[in-house]
Formats: sequence, C-alpha cells, structure tokens
Amino acid sequence: MDPRTLNRLGPCAWEIPRRGAMLAPAVIYASEALVREMDEKVREQASHVAMLPGIVGASYAMPDAHWGYGFPIGGVAAFDADAGGVVSAGGVGFDISCGVRCLHTGLQRADIVAVQAALADALYAHIPAGVGSTGAIHLNSEQMHDMLTGGARWAAEQGWGTETDLERIEEGGQMLHAKPGCVSALAKARQRREMGTLGSGNHYLEVQAVTEIFDTTAAGVYGLRAGDVMVTIHCGSRGLGHQIGSEFLLRMAAEAPRHGLSLPDRELACAPIRSDLGQEYLGAMRAAINCALANRQILTHLVRSVFATRLPSARLSLLYDVSHNTCKVERHAVDGRQRELHVHRKGATRAFGPGHPELPPALRPAGQPVLVGGSMGTGSYVLAGNAGSEALAFSSACHGAGRAMSRHQAQKTWQGRAVVDELALRGILVRSPTSRGIAEEAPGAYKDVAAVVDATEAAGLARKVARLEPLICIKG
Amino acid sequence: MQGHWEHFDHGADIGVRGFGLTQAAAFEQAALALTAAVADPATVRGLDRVDFVCEAPDAELLLVHWLNAVVTQMALHGMLFSRFQVQIEGHRLNAQALGEPVSASRHEPAVEIKGATVTALRVAQLGDGGWVAQTVVDV
Repeated sequence: MDPRTLNRLGPCAWEIPRRGAMLAPAVIYASEALVREMDEKVREQASHVAMLPGIVGASYAMPDAHWGYGFPIGGVAAFDADAGGVVSAGGVGFDISCGVRCLHTGLQRADIVAVQAALADALYAHIPAGVGSTGAIHLNSEQMHDMLTGGARWAAEQGWGTETDLERIEEGGQMLHAKPGCVSALAKARQRREMGTLGSGNHYLEVQAVTEIFDTTAAGVYGLRAGDVMVTIHCGSRGLGHQIGSEFLLRMAAEAPRHGLSLPDRELACAPIRSDLGQEYLGAMRAAINCALANRQILTHLVRSVFATRLPSARLSLLYDVSHNTCKVERHAVDGRQRELHVHRKGATRAFGPGHPELPPALRPAGQPVLVGGSMGTGSYVLAGNAGSEALAFSSACHGAGRAMSRHQAQKTWQGRAVVDELALRGILVRSPTSRGIAEEAPGAYKDVAAVVDATEAAGLARKVARLEPLICIKG
Repeated sequence: MQGHWEHFDHGADIGVRGFGLTQAAAFEQAALALTAAVADPATVRGLDRVDFVCEAPDAELLLVHWLNAVVTQMALHGMLFSRFQVQIEGHRLNAQALGEPVSASRHEPAVEIKGATVTALRVAQLGDGGWVAQTVVDV
C-alpha cells in the first residue's frame, strides 16, 4: 500500500478518509515500512467494514493487518445495537476464539536445556497435534452442553484446572450468554473427538525462554524475569468453531437482503444485532468461545502432566489467556459518553489498560497482558495494554507477525526437513507430523514480529514488556 | 477442456480452483484441489464412499456449500477423498466421494481445512465453453 495515498495522523497512524458509502473513516496503525508491505486488500477491506450500519468511531487495522475475509485479519470494529449495528461472522472468523495462553513454569533455561530433547519428545507424544488427531476426551450430549456453557470453568470442574487458572483467563474462563442450542448438530459432532487437540496450520505449543525485559515494572507485575521458562499454547475452538463460522457466514450472506443490508461485498456477511439471526449467531459464537477456552484448559492439563513426569519441580501457573477472534459486548467511552458496543476483533487482541475492572487484581497495575506470537524462529512478545488505547481502537492491539508469503510460495521456497535442522542448530527443537506443514510455517514466511510490536508500541496501543524465544516447538 | 485443478495465492490461506467441461466437472476438480491443500491426492485410495446432497440460492454459494460439506466429512470421519462424482441440477448438487481414513505416515497431511470462504469466489463459464469454480479456503 502506498502511504502517500493515506492521511498521516501520527508516526504510526494513517487515515483512509470517509468517502462514498463509508459511514466512518478507517484508521491503520502501522509504521510507514509496514504500510508499504501491506496488501492493498487491507485498504479495501477496512473501507468496506466502515460501510456497515451502526459502526462507531472508525474501522481499525492493527500493525499486523493482512487480507482476510470481509474484515482484514488484524481488523477491529465496534457496532452499536441502538444505532442499527450489526454482528458479522466474517468479522470474527472461522477459528472463533483462537487465542494464546502463556504459562509460567518456575524453571530457568538451564533446567530445560538439560532435558530438552526428551521433553520435546514427551510433549509431542502427549499433545494430539496435526490433521486427523483426536483427543482422549469424548463428550456425550450432556457433557457437550455443559462444556459449551461452562468453558474453562467446566474443564476445571472436571479436574483439568484450578480456580486460580480461571482468574487469569478473559471472562474468568467462562463466556456468559452462550447458547449451545444455537450450535448445529454437525458442529457438535465435529468437536466430539477434538477436545484437547492442538490442530494444525499456525497453531503451536512452545516452551520458551524470556530473553529480554523492556518494562521492568510491568514485568514485575506479570512475574517475568530474564531466563524464565514459559509455555505458550496457540489454538482455538477446533472443528466446532470452524463449522459455526462456515454455517453462519452462508446464512448471513443469504439473509442479508431480507434484513435490508446492502453489502459492498458478500464476504461482509452480517446480521443486525437485534435480529433473530444476529442473536442466534452471538449465542453460538459465545459457545465456541467456551469451547476454545475449555480446549486450551485441557491442553494445559496435558502439558502439566508431561512436566510433572519430566521436571517435577516445575509449577505451571497461568500468566494469562487471550482470544483473538471474537465479538464481545464491552462498555467504552465515546466522545465522553459510555456506550455499550459489540466489538469485533478479527486477528486482534483485547488490550485493556491499567486499572481496568475486568482484569484480575494482581494484573491491574500493569494492564492486560497482550500475548503476541511470532514464528518458530523469531520469538514472541508479551505486551501490556495502555489506558490510551481505548480512545485509539477500543482497547485493542496486534496479535502476531502476520504472513509475508503465501503457503503456496512457502512450500516452493523451503523444505520442512531443512527448516527443522536449521532451527535445531540454533537450539530450537521442532516436533511435527508434517514436513510440508513445517515448510509452510517456516520463519521466513512471516513478517518481522519485532517491527509489528514496535509499531504497536509507537502507536500507543500497548507497550513492550518482554521478549521470548522458543526452545521447543510442537506443530500440528 | 481437460479437467484440472490448481491452487492460487491468498495471503494467509489457500485458493482452490477447478476447471472442467461442465460446472459439475469444475466442482469435482475444485474438491480435488481442496484435498491437495492437505495431501497429495495420488496417495489417497478410494476405499470408502460418502454421499453428499447440497442446495444453495445460486451457483457460487453452491460451490461453497459443496466444499464445506467435503470439509465437514473429512473432519467428522477423519478422511481424505481422491475421487469425486458430482451431478448438478439447478442449484442442487448430488455427489459421491471415494477416499480413505487419513494416515499421518502415508499421507503426511500438511494442514486442516477450517472452511470454505466467499473470498475470490467465482463460478463461471469461460470463453472456450469450459467452466471454472474457485474460492479461498481457510486453513
């Protein structure tokens, strides 16, 4: 994208002015270099989102934005039901509540290096990952209903977590107002064998070491020190969320004319918040959020079991669990007035600032942890939400590096085995059932995550707290 | 026109495109492209048969319904499919697919398909009389 075609609002903020059918402007938060790298589709999609009824403020794109489905990946938009606002299945995405959970281990890098290969093998053996993998937990109808209503709280009640875990998860581990009755039989059937599975693609489980601290005060609040070993899990609502996304996208596209919605693009399939279809989707999507929270909780239990055997001195406690693909009802100050908004974050992280009442008391002084995944070779970041980000983008920040190259191109560029060997020489052990999948996820296929978090900080969306580097990576 | 398939680039995901003499043949090839996004179709034996019925308001949404139906069956039964036979009447589709349970060692599946999108969605008759059917699938 050519930055000269945008209005520069600040060092890392750019505006696409309101024009044509746009009901609000679009704002892109990124450095000039990142804007230059961005697909022209981000401009088109961010502008289209600004045409949807009931949009409040602007249509926002985070520094890692790239071409998505209707909404750009890295897109944020809030809608007011009182102003005829809509909810969009494309604005949430197919992997509902895909997110990241980061755990302390109480261990230091040297503790891992001594058993690194054995630990990698044990994690790979115990964490179901990859196409066709199934979990050991198979749910009957009643258990499925309880899981879709209870989320991580349900999982903890089954013995796969603790009350302390729940305090460190968005929504306290349980998304309220979920409606399992709005989830189709097919979606439930797809999930029956997939509880406690990692999935494939960009999903991963990593053992990481903290290599750099940027904000010692926030790091102190989060309990992060250089050399600490962390475990990070990236996955979502598995087949259930995918099926809900697929079904509602088509229903919303087909029913848009009946709701009087004239969409600039069929990809923007949506429904009025105050419609039967809108409410049905919200009920199903919230059930999928609970599925993702339960899934990450079960995976946490599996990880704890492996560490208990291999490194009994480890104590795995949650730093935090964030979701990337959601639509949540939040209260935000807009022009000095509190308004209840349906905030869509598609490939974006909620980033409440210090003192926010929804944060657990222990984290409140620093703000919400924003967990940003990079690639297998480049590392990840922990950021903290800023109070000022509410006015910038309804308290939102980036979620990852974003792809620099398509999977097709990556396949032609790298060999999976060579990527694994090269990373091993750098002290990063990768375990995966798929060589081609590794090639598609090669570090070079991703943008520079450091540039993304630097732009996020410069834009005022969140501030850097710590950098983490992988020691072990389990890929599906 | 000889039926064939190809992938096309999409930033984070994969575009699947099928060409055929008829709309139904293009839909068959698009489904093969879907399988190829996961594994090499040549490694997938046609041992088990699954039947499909889909209906949609128009030809393009019918392609999305069709590919989603294949994705759902792949996930539900842990299968990969390598042979498709599609019949289309109006906006209604009947199909049969042959495949087998996915094997990590034999198929080396690269990635799960989450669903078919309406991005770059196109079903059209070409100048030479053949058909193209394409969309992006989320992985």
